Amino acid sequence: MRIELEKRAEHSQLMTVVSPLIAIGLTLVCGSILFVSMGYNPIDALYAYFIEPLTTSWSIEELLVKAGPLVLIAVGLSVCFLSNSWNIGAEGQFTMGALAGSIIPVLFYDFTSPLALPLMVLMGILGGMAWASIPAFLKVRFGTNEILTSLMLVYIAQYILDFLVRGPWRDPEGFNFPESRIFDAAHVLPKIGEGRLHIGMIFAILAVLVVWWMLSRTLKGFEIKVMGETPRAGRFAGFSSNGVVWFGFLVSGGLAGLAGMAEVSGSIEQLTPVISPGYGFTAIIVAFLGRLNPIGILFAGLLLGLSYIGGESAQVSLGLTDKVTRVFQGMLLFFVLACDTLILYRFKIASSVKNMKEAGNV
Amino acid sequence: MSDLSMIEAVLLTIITASTPLLLAAIGELVVERSGVLNLGVEGMMIVGAVMGFAATQATGSPYIGIVAAMISGVAMSLLFGFLTLNLMANQVATGLALTILGLGLSGMVGEAFIGQPGISLKPIAIPVLSGIPFIGPLLFNQDVLVYASYGLVIAVYFVLFRSRTGLIIRAVGDNHGSAHSLGYSVIQVRYLAVMFGGACSGLAGAYLSLIYTPQWVEGMTAGRGWIALALVVFASWRPARVLIGAYLFGAVSILQFHAQAAGIGLPTQLMSALPYLATIIVLIMISRNKTLAKVNTPACLGKPFVPDR
Repeated sequence: MRIELEKRAEHSQLMTVVSPLIAIGLTLVCGSILFVSMGYNPIDALYAYFIEPLTTSWSIEELLVKAGPLVLIAVGLSVCFLSNSWNIGAEGQFTMGALAGSIIPVLFYDFTSPLALPLMVLMGILGGMAWASIPAFLKVRFGTNEILTSLMLVYIAQYILDFLVRGPWRDPEGFNFPESRIFDAAHVLPKIGEGRLHIGMIFAILAVLVVWWMLSRTLKGFEIKVMGETPRAGRFAGFSSNGVVWFGFLVSGGLAGLAGMAEVSGSIEQLTPVISPGYGFTAIIVAFLGRLNPIGILFAGLLLGLSYIGGESAQVSLGLTDKVTRVFQGMLLFFVLACDTLILYRFKIASSVKNMKEAGNV
Repeated sequence: MSDLSMIEAVLLTIITASTPLLLAAIGELVVERSGVLNLGVEGMMIVGAVMGFAATQATGSPYIGIVAAMISGVAMSLLFGFLTLNLMANQVATGLALTILGLGLSGMVGEAFIGQPGISLKPIAIPVLSGIPFIGPLLFNQDVLVYASYGLVIAVYFVLFRSRTGLIIRAVGDNHGSAHSLGYSVIQVRYLAVMFGGACSGLAGAYLSLIYTPQWVEGMTAGRGWIALALVVFASWRPARVLIGAYLFGAVSILQFHAQAAGIGLPTQLMSALPYLATIIVLIMISRNKTLAKVNTPACLGKPFVPDR
């Protein structure tokens, strides 16, 4: 007896919804085994990870602060991934957006007009777009592999940030700490309520709505999906494959840049050598868990945001290393990809050669 | 120090910097020749690094560490193989997942080892040959992994291009449909190739944590897995060119240290970014030559194989 995969005639609608849930379930099961092997009670650990953060308004707010950039980046990546371009350098575009968005608060800190914030938002988007346009240009012009170029640019962006905050952009009154000056109140994104939540989350929700509308209701969205699934058919329909590459990279780069600017201006309020706990890479998981669908990505972003907060809470209450968070995130992506098989294929138990022959004769 | 021994010292550091790239790239070359794109090199490498270090600390023998690193690299590659070869998952996404998982796992396992002094693997001098002036100490007084990297390049060349096995691997990579019709098991060949790649990545990781800097530092692969992937493209899937490419990259990454030491006025961060910048430039140069890429790229690279019976 062996198990075989049989291609479904069409995508299973049921499995499209159910498979991410199965993946989450499997991650929790494997996570429990991991906790037991580390000598923790799995119930306590899972509670600390996934329930405890939801019991205080402070941590719910913190969850939204973390989910904001994840959703923004992942929504952009979904456009790119749907068109079958692989921008995996969102972390670099995030950094460059943060840098471009910090030009006003760091270099022109006297410019405190109400125009400053909109300008910073614009510059953040442009910064991310500019960084994303490098792999896009190289792919379109020379056919250079965009996976490798976009990833290499992550390291380069990180070094540029490091250079600036330790060199020319360092706060002259900062006692030689590698930090920029603290942003003026006019350069800080407005807060929602009393806590740390800022309007970056609103940017994320707007991005979800706009991209959802674009993908499902416009010709551009249709073009992206056709070029992603059957580029040959797309070219016969008169769609430009280069145009789709450019579009995907500019949208994902722009949104990652916006996320970077919002993180620096809304959350950290200055530039430091480390501005992201790997949002650009975690957003890849968010995009896949959300099935490259903006609405799904919103929920996936909240879950992955929870994994960051849960890691911190489990560290405080159980003394569990926060490194477990990354393991959780990696396992989740693995299970999501594995369960995607259920959408395209069905499992069939082929008990013997004879049965297979009979099946063939029917 | 005389000029000659200065040059010798620089060349020695270049060999040290190049070997992990060479080990990982030669493994990935075989994987890609069989038609599979495993982007998880970075993840397998870092798990190899931490497991190699852990096993060495536990047993006191770096050789057991090397074996442990290979085994963990293979284990990671089997995860990748199961998803992409059995479940037909997207190879690009699964490779990324392997990297994310590997970085996470290594951080968790390695936390206990941060700051511990490691046990370094000692070089083995080859009698007579290591006595040759200049060349001897460079090529014949190295550790076992450097010798292994030379051996692997030669072995991969002969197996891929001078043996029946290699013909089958390349057939599977270039046209899996035909290879299947001829009766070769595409999935089996690809599994073996993927496992070989995992073992090589594990070795590369062990080199980092046992020889390059004999200690555990989180994220110590620092993108070397990705550079190894770029090297395979740079080499247009030829073993000898992987050797040249790896040493070129090693040279670039070492020269920036020497330039910094010599007091060249560029900011250190920009010098440190050089290897990544060089990778991009090299990728551009190689992709401009369309025919070269077309002739050597395995035609089925990254395409899942669904046997239609």
